[in-house]
Amino acid sequence: MKVLVAVKRVVDYNVKVRVKADHSGVDLANVKMSMNPFCEIAVEEAVRLKEKGVASEIVVVSVGPSGAQEQLRTALALGADRAVLVESNDELSSLAVAKALKALVDKEQPQLVILGKQAIDSDNNQTGQMLAALTGYAQGTFASKVEVAGDKVNVTREIDGGLQTVALNLPAIVTTDLRLNEPRYASLPNIMKAKKKPLEFLPPDVLGISMTSTVKTLKVEAPAARSAGIKVKSVAELVEKLKNEAKVI
Amino acid sequence: MAILVIAEHNNGALGAATLNTVAAAQKIGGDIAVLVAGQNVGGVAEAAVKIAGVAKVLVADNAAYAHQLPENVAPLVAELGNGYSHVLAPATTNGKNFLPRVAALLDVDQISEIIEVVSADTFKRPIYAGNAIATVQSSAAVKVITVRGTGFDAVAAEGGSAAVEAVSGPADAGKSAFVGEELAKSDRPELTAAKIVVSGGRGMGNGDNFSILYSLADKLGAAVGASRAAVDAGFVPNDMQVGQTGKIVAPQLYVAVGISGAIQHLAGMKDSKVIVAINKDEEAPIFQVADYGLVGDLFELIPELEKAI
Repeated sequence: MKVLVAVKRVVDYNVKVRVKADHSGVDLANVKMSMNPFCEIAVEEAVRLKEKGVASEIVVVSVGPSGAQEQLRTALALGADRAVLVESNDELSSLAVAKALKALVDKEQPQLVILGKQAIDSDNNQTGQMLAALTGYAQGTFASKVEVAGDKVNVTREIDGGLQTVALNLPAIVTTDLRLNEPRYASLPNIMKAKKKPLEFLPPDVLGISMTSTVKTLKVEAPAARSAGIKVKSVAELVEKLKNEAKVI
Repeated sequence: MAILVIAEHNNGALGAATLNTVAAAQKIGGDIAVLVAGQNVGGVAEAAVKIAGVAKVLVADNAAYAHQLPENVAPLVAELGNGYSHVLAPATTNGKNFLPRVAALLDVDQISEIIEVVSADTFKRPIYAGNAIATVQSSAAVKVITVRGTGFDAVAAEGGSAAVEAVSGPADAGKSAFVGEELAKSDRPELTAAKIVVSGGRGMGNGDNFSILYSLADKLGAAVGASRAAVDAGFVPNDMQVGQTGKIVAPQLYVAVGISGAIQHLAGMKDSKVIVAINKDEEAPIFQVADYGLVGDLFELIPELEKAI
């Protein structure tokens, strides 16, 4: 079966971002960009499904700026067969991305679409669920285990009290949680080979979708800073401070 | 304005996060209705009726909603939601699961994990793992929002007297089925609602060593959390993870033991009132956010602390 994987180019998770002085957003100039960590897990899962003989083709897609080619090449080096970039330089809402992905799902007809559970920039945790709504497919979010069995996929999900398993009819949407797998690194020969794999560019208007949003960002601020703390010398001093100064125990 | 709040529950008991979500709804202002969708939810509906400030409780009792599968619940909420100005759900794994599906069915953007209501259409929410706070404005006819529980003080669970109304919605979509679940058992307070949280990290060394944290936690009446490192190393189950990708907590007192303080962990606990860090590495980033830091060996300090309290 064909598997579609969505990846996002985001600021690298190790970077401590700074808010711009004019409060228009965070400063992303000259900041290291990477593939969203949850998307790496999504690519890895698709590659493992291919290695098991479950998946026959992996199409990796990104909706975003032209720079996202880099992340698509990374996914190709990890084992995806071909890539599609829906190119847009606007700041896109999750719904807009879900609509673009819906158009691609209609075109490519995958049996399984794998996305990360959330992007570490917007922290929205919406796109997979929205794509499931638009396509009418079942959704298995926050997956820590995925097993394809016939025309169904069993997904074990991380929920607040523990784990839950659901059986979904295929085609279905799965979003990855951290413990689904440990992504591999791309080897140098595979990075070279990935340069020859096909990468298709599509502007959103070709797909016939509008990228307008019902939500606009008015302001982005730094969170309130915590006042500097103190180092105590002993357990006795700590307990004394907690009892008398902070009054929390 | 009329606001629909989707109740968090396990068919037997009302989830505490519902009370924080009703508090957010009160800040928006308007008539508040609470939807209880599930199977055999009479007890949950009774609890919902008593929540202070709730005008109406809608009860959708149907086997199709038993496990709140989003394929079945989202069409119900979308159908009901069309009559409201706002649809709110707690930002629990359940709320995060079905609400974006509702938003897409209504063709509106969702606002995730608000921490503050500025006005009826403007909200604050954290982005970049809590390293920036965005103020966002929605022009949607129905504003679909998840609420971060720690951002709002819970309303009183008693004192209300809402009217009850039975509602029905679409039947089982037949796309998904519940297979089973494995819930972690714990007698300690729930992590997200606890007044005191004691968390362990990689510095705990192994799962057995967590017993000294459990013992300290029991003395304090605290919940026990963990960093991702401790979960990935298999010391404790993943539902104990505090952080951007785990649970968000904001207790009165957070005690971080053997936790370095990575960005993704801080995102889950830096709104705690008082933070105590116990770590042998005095350069650990956790000390930059800790109100009280204690440098030393946790295996000596934790038992000593337990005795001193």
